[in-house]
Amino acid sequence: MNWEVIGSYLPLYWKAMLLTLRIGWIGIAFAILIGILVAIVRFYKVPVASQIAGVYIEIFRNTPLLVQLFFLYFALPRIGIPMKADFCGALGLALLGGSYMAETFRSGLESVAKIQTESALSLGMNKSQMVLHIIFPQAFSRSVPSFVANIIFLLKETSVFSAISLMDLMFTAKDLIGLYYKTSECLVLLVVFYALILIPVSVLGDRLERRVRHAEFGD
Amino acid sequence: MSKREEIIRVDHITKRYDENAVLDDFSLSVHEGEVVVIVGPSGCGKSTILRIMNGLEPIQKGEVTYRGEKVDGKLGSITRIREKVGMVFQSYELFPHKTILQNIMLASILVQKRDRREVKEEALQLLARVGLSEKKDAYPRQLSGGQKQRVAIVRALAMHPEVLLFDEVTAALDPEMVREVLDVLLSLAKEGKTMVIVTHEMSFAKAVADRVIFLDGGHMEEEGTASEFFDHPKTERAKQFLHTFTYDKVERE
Ligand SMILES: Nc1ncnc2c1ncn2[C@@H]1O[C@H](COP(=O)(O)OP(=O)(O)OP(=O)(O)O)[C@@H](O)[C@H]1O
Ligand SMILES: [Mg+2]
Repeated sequence: MNWEVIGSYLPLYWKAMLLTLRIGWIGIAFAILIGILVAIVRFYKVPVASQIAGVYIEIFRNTPLLVQLFFLYFALPRIGIPMKADFCGALGLALLGGSYMAETFRSGLESVAKIQTESALSLGMNKSQMVLHIIFPQAFSRSVPSFVANIIFLLKETSVFSAISLMDLMFTAKDLIGLYYKTSECLVLLVVFYALILIPVSVLGDRLERRVRHAEFGD
Repeated sequence: MSKREEIIRVDHITKRYDENAVLDDFSLSVHEGEVVVIVGPSGCGKSTILRIMNGLEPIQKGEVTYRGEKVDGKLGSITRIREKVGMVFQSYELFPHKTILQNIMLASILVQKRDRREVKEEALQLLARVGLSEKKDAYPRQLSGGQKQRVAIVRALAMHPEVLLFDEVTAALDPEMVREVLDVLLSLAKEGKTMVIVTHEMSFAKAVADRVIFLDGGHMEEEGTASEFFDHPKTERAKQFLHTFTYDKVERE
């Protein structure tokens, strides 16, 4: 292990990590947004939209991100829709993540008993008050473990970004190995930087889980 | 009694699930200050009646009105009616993500837009009344069944309802907790609150009821004052039903 080599590679990895984080968080933020919308549409069985949402979920949950990225990056420009690589990465992540988040939030919504709804209604709440104050908070707290797992899964999935020539961690590692053959240094750095991204997320996720468990069902 | 104003009127309603008629041509009216107790075997439609009175269940025929206004879960007026028609469920249905105090205050603030300070003060008074002041910041899961049910009653009371519907509020409780909940209902009855109570606690029913309704197979089989019904049931079905609550002494050889 050559520490000097490691030291000289650090700035490159740092830059790559920032790219992963930037695209990762944008993608995940939109994944959450898509997930909430699609879950609501599915849960309340909004006609037509619910069927479309169902097809969307099936397609994106059952194809690899790599394939989705290739499609967005190489196929869409052929039919006249230009795609920049980083936009493409974020979009791919958002669409993949949206399909996972949707299922997570939907099962959260389904886990809230119907009689809780009735209990809220019998107090004179209208539908939106009931959904906002009674259903959503309970649904979300039950979704949290799977929500956190999704975020970690999506951050790991970003490792295929290099396939559409985004200079993320994977790309940087492969590139440096190809140039200088310092394989073990490059791989150690790769592990360290992924851990640097994922461990804080995992710790925060644990905290969040513990906090919402406080408000969990106890009876 | 007859001079008192009619609050809820259930007029010749029919309720079907798929093809099964759960209630058939059922009528009932509830007057101000009256305590109506509904008894009957399991599955006879008692919960369904209460749910219909609160617009939680659509009906196929007939009409339910609250002070002359149609009760229908699909109409915009339903939230206003539900504010006035409180309901307490067998399974309490407190909101698990809210503290006891928040459970009690939520609808008054959200639905009735009342002043938070005033609502809180009243909520604390109500909690004190049922002996649960020290639980105000606890979460529902930290309470026993009997305590949860008392909170659920208080939560309904906080809305200042004109009538309260109780659906077997002690059925899920351990025997030693039944009393603490029924005592709350008895004290409400003494205050002259209008209530419709579904219960399997016959001695409580006898003590609290102005009028008893015996329901069987979706029909009102018998109706009368508490003593008429419990001491001198008229129909064979009612006699049989009441008999299921008494036991004959075992004669040993
Ligand atoms: N959602 C439903 N779908 C189909 N049938 C239902 C539904 N809810 C209730 N029923 C049927 O309607 C009938 C009356 O139910 P209800 O809950 O009103 O009875 P109940 O008198 O309250 O009984 P219990 O004493 O057991 O609470 C029962 O036969 C029940 O099986
Ligand atoms: Mg019932």
